[in-house]
Amino acid sequence: MIEIIINIITGTLIFLGAALTVVAAFGVIKLPDVYTRNHAASKSATLGIMCILLGTCLYFFQTEGVFNSRLILAIAFIFITSPVAGHLVIRAAYNTNVPMCDHTIRDDLKQQQKITSE
Amino acid sequence: MAFQLLLNVFLAFVWMFLKGSTEADTFIIGYIIGLLLIFLTRRFFTGRFYLYRIVSILKLLFIFIKELILANYAVFKSIIRPNAKLTPGIFAMKTVLTADWQITILSNLITLTPGTLVVDISEDNSTLYIHAMDISNKEATIEAIQNSFEKAILEVSK
Repeated sequence: MIEIIINIITGTLIFLGAALTVVAAFGVIKLPDVYTRNHAASKSATLGIMCILLGTCLYFFQTEGVFNSRLILAIAFIFITSPVAGHLVIRAAYNTNVPMCDHTIRDDLKQQQKITSE
Repeated sequence: MAFQLLLNVFLAFVWMFLKGSTEADTFIIGYIIGLLLIFLTRRFFTGRFYLYRIVSILKLLFIFIKELILANYAVFKSIIRPNAKLTPGIFAMKTVLTADWQITILSNLITLTPGTLVVDISEDNSTLYIHAMDISNKEATIEAIQNSFEKAILEVSK
């Protein structure tokens, strides 16, 4: 009984992770500029990979009785580093004057930079 | 915080020496007794009783995971919906946090929140510049969420 429940949870986690990664990929194709694409890439891919790793950890715990702590460590590392990576990509894009899409209606940072440069 | 934790480990070791055993469960029992002793003598320490801080750290971690799941739902919705109207933009947000690690945690939290990404932090660490997916009506609610984040982070460092 427990075995079936763990199997269902494992399957759901791995499917959910794969689905989220697909959504992130679609987002990167569909969204208009680098900033909005970064939203999709930095969030959905993070949770997707975390779900897949958690599912893998559960699977090996159930089938072989080994608790693989390296997978948990990998989850923690991805959780810490991926928002920072998203921030750095978007900051580098902004500082090299990559244009934003046409719908953009507000830009406080540009005003601030104008004030400081004057 | 660090001193109380160290003292607690030290008390657990004293308990192990008193019992004359090196088992892990003796350590755990000694740790719980030490925890009780530190709780009883908490008014002699300068900081708070350190379990409060551990509870607030756990609360922060819970907020992190909850926001990550909500953010994914929001991204999912905005991608699936055909020709959704996007109104992205960058807005400035003042922060009351001062220490570097607090601002790092806050900007990580904001990056994992639905529809927001930190672009830049001003030189004097007082303002965060945030790129939002939909800036039209969300600004007030986003500010409210961030106030709750700031409160949770201040709770940890109190």
